[in-house]
Amino acid sequence: MNQSTIVVIRGGHVIDPGRVNGPADVLIEDGKIVAVGRDLAVPACRGGVPTIIDATGKLVLPGFVDLHVHLREPGYEYKETVKTGTASAVAGGFTSVCCMPNTNPINDNQAVTEFIRDQARAAGQATVFPIGAITKGSEGKELAEIGELRDAGCVAISDDGRPVMNSHVMRRAMEYALAFDLPVVDHCEDLYLSEGGCMNEGVVSTQLGLPGIPAAAEEVMVARDLALAELTGARLHLAHLSTAGSVRLVRDAKARGLRVTAEACPHHFALTEEAVRGFNTHAKMNPPLRTWSDVQALKDGLRDGTIDAIATDHAPHAVQDKQCEFVDAPFGVVGLETALPLTLALVDEGILPLEAAVAKLTSEPARAFRLSKGSLALGADADVVVVDPQETWAVDPEQFFSKSRNTPFAGWKMKGRVRVTVMGGRVLYEAGAARARISP
Amino acid sequence: MSLKRKDLIGIAPLDPDEIRLILETADSFKEVSGREIKKVPALRGKTVVNFFFEPSTRTRTSFELAAKRLSADVINFSPSASSVVKGETLLDTARNIEAMQADIIVLRHQAAGAAETLARGVRASVINAGDGWHEHPTQALLDLFTLREKKREFNGLRVAIVGDLAHSRVARSNIYALTKLGAEVRAAGPPTMIPYGLDKLGVRIFYKLEEALRGVDVIMMLRLQLERQGRALFPTIREYSNLYSLTADRLKLADSQALVMHPGPINRGVEIAPDVADSLSSVILDQAANGVAVRMAVLYLLSGAS
Repeated sequence: MNQSTIVVIRGGHVIDPGRVNGPADVLIEDGKIVAVGRDLAVPACRGGVPTIIDATGKLVLPGFVDLHVHLREPGYEYKETVKTGTASAVAGGFTSVCCMPNTNPINDNQAVTEFIRDQARAAGQATVFPIGAITKGSEGKELAEIGELRDAGCVAISDDGRPVMNSHVMRRAMEYALAFDLPVVDHCEDLYLSEGGCMNEGVVSTQLGLPGIPAAAEEVMVARDLALAELTGARLHLAHLSTAGSVRLVRDAKARGLRVTAEACPHHFALTEEAVRGFNTHAKMNPPLRTWSDVQALKDGLRDGTIDAIATDHAPHAVQDKQCEFVDAPFGVVGLETALPLTLALVDEGILPLEAAVAKLTSEPARAFRLSKGSLALGADADVVVVDPQETWAVDPEQFFSKSRNTPFAGWKMKGRVRVTVMGGRVLYEAGAARARISP
Repeated sequence: MSLKRKDLIGIAPLDPDEIRLILETADSFKEVSGREIKKVPALRGKTVVNFFFEPSTRTRTSFELAAKRLSADVINFSPSASSVVKGETLLDTARNIEAMQADIIVLRHQAAGAAETLARGVRASVINAGDGWHEHPTQALLDLFTLREKKREFNGLRVAIVGDLAHSRVARSNIYALTKLGAEVRAAGPPTMIPYGLDKLGVRIFYKLEEALRGVDVIMMLRLQLERQGRALFPTIREYSNLYSLTADRLKLADSQALVMHPGPINRGVEIAPDVADSLSSVILDQAANGVAVRMAVLYLLSGAS
């Protein structure tokens, strides 16, 4: 006989963007949301004991959706695996992650996509939505078998980190992807303009004598992609916007009705190029940390909806990878376990209302890639996060679930913490003793 | 007297008094170099390691002489002869050297920040002998020392730095040093060789060499790295020379007592006309001689010796 499992999250403040924003209980049965409302009665449980989670004083939110992570498997398991990456996700409140194809081998064919999904199922943590390569080997020349990638479970295509420089190939990729209604995701970087660069080109790079990456390296590609999206009608998603000019271009494109979405990363709105001083390799990422006015522009873009989603660009690197000269260090920082408090800081700062901030982590990214995630609608997968918005904590990279510790936020005092993460009705993560198991 | 710091990474972190202390200390060491027996026992029993990842003749020799005249033991380490080529990191190699009780490590490295990174990882004092495009503090200090002998007062001194400032650690260190001491610094070169935001460091920027030279007291010529031709920084050496070479005619625009400096090695006929270079050879040799005295001062002040 089938035994149903029931979870009740009780007494919290539920925010399901666009639907609910107030005190409510959440009732989960067999991995699906079955009711959201005040003072829900716990139904009789056939043969099992319902799990009751006390969320008094806490926020109850849809599980977060990250459009941009690097899980490093296959090929770079010493940095991260699907298992450790998804555990890191769950600890940070992310129940769905979209992983970039720059593994080894590159995720440019069904076999790699299926391998990643198998590893994710075996890990049993966050749901993994692979992003397939645009071109074979991400070499920017021949299109990958995008139809097969879609059939294998890819939700978007991107040559992230090795952007398609040939505009003709990019045009064809956008056209071809229309057949499958897949978003084309671009890491906007003109590789000629950025060649050799390792930080933002500006006063700090001049002082440190480090080769710079100008804002224009991103902006010319944003402009190109928008022109191609206009030409082709493709669904375009722009990864990790970092400059004021990019925000301006996207704002204009949206006003003209283009099908474009965009994301920003917490490190890009929480830090500036100043963090590089001292040749701190944990402040080296691509696109690089920019200036104060770029940060203000990103915040404006988040506020007015130009930037739809907050994504982490979680990019794990082992200690030895980053323990070298700044110019030689790889780009990237981990981000899954620090994204929530950095997003909530925007609420404290008055940049975003709380519900909008939650939307940037849930419903908005889900909408961008058309994932049936990021909501507490009836019948939805019961991916739910309980957050204490007031708890303060200090970032200790040694405590990360990720295999890597490359964060620029070590030692930062953060406000807001994930207490419980529920995935498909199962409690996968809980911090401290927020959860009490009692019989009704 | 000593510097209250473990390392000399750059001029940027120094305050003007520290710069003056180094220059004053170098005065007394210059006298040592003029003696029959050019040696003092100040660093006897100390070990100085010259750790050079880039080819260098004059800087390495200058540090070696400086350390020997202070009676230190000196070891020269270059990457081709060391384990660095086997994939060992800079830090691990340096820690091994340190385990052999090195007191001071003099580092020349192609990566900006190498000296700072190393200094954080070892107990030994680290002296930056040039890191990428970042800093070359002892070069700036010896330039200051030479200027001070000829011009006395830094405050109000008008200095033009000419050439590829974007890729020059010598230019950066001199800009920091001269602006800290109250000099007026001008930069001259094609816009492709002027790094972003240089004006925010207190430098006046000129694209026409003639305008930059008008009335200056000092002209610092930078070496044009010829291998940069073809990388869109300048079209040809010919055009670069036509626009930015220091010729006898252009020199006349400067103050009649103007001093011309060059960190060497010189590309004759490229950034500087041969007749100008030859008329200045005395200053260029002064720079070389003063380099030893200044490096003695830095080694001495960082060693904590008295």
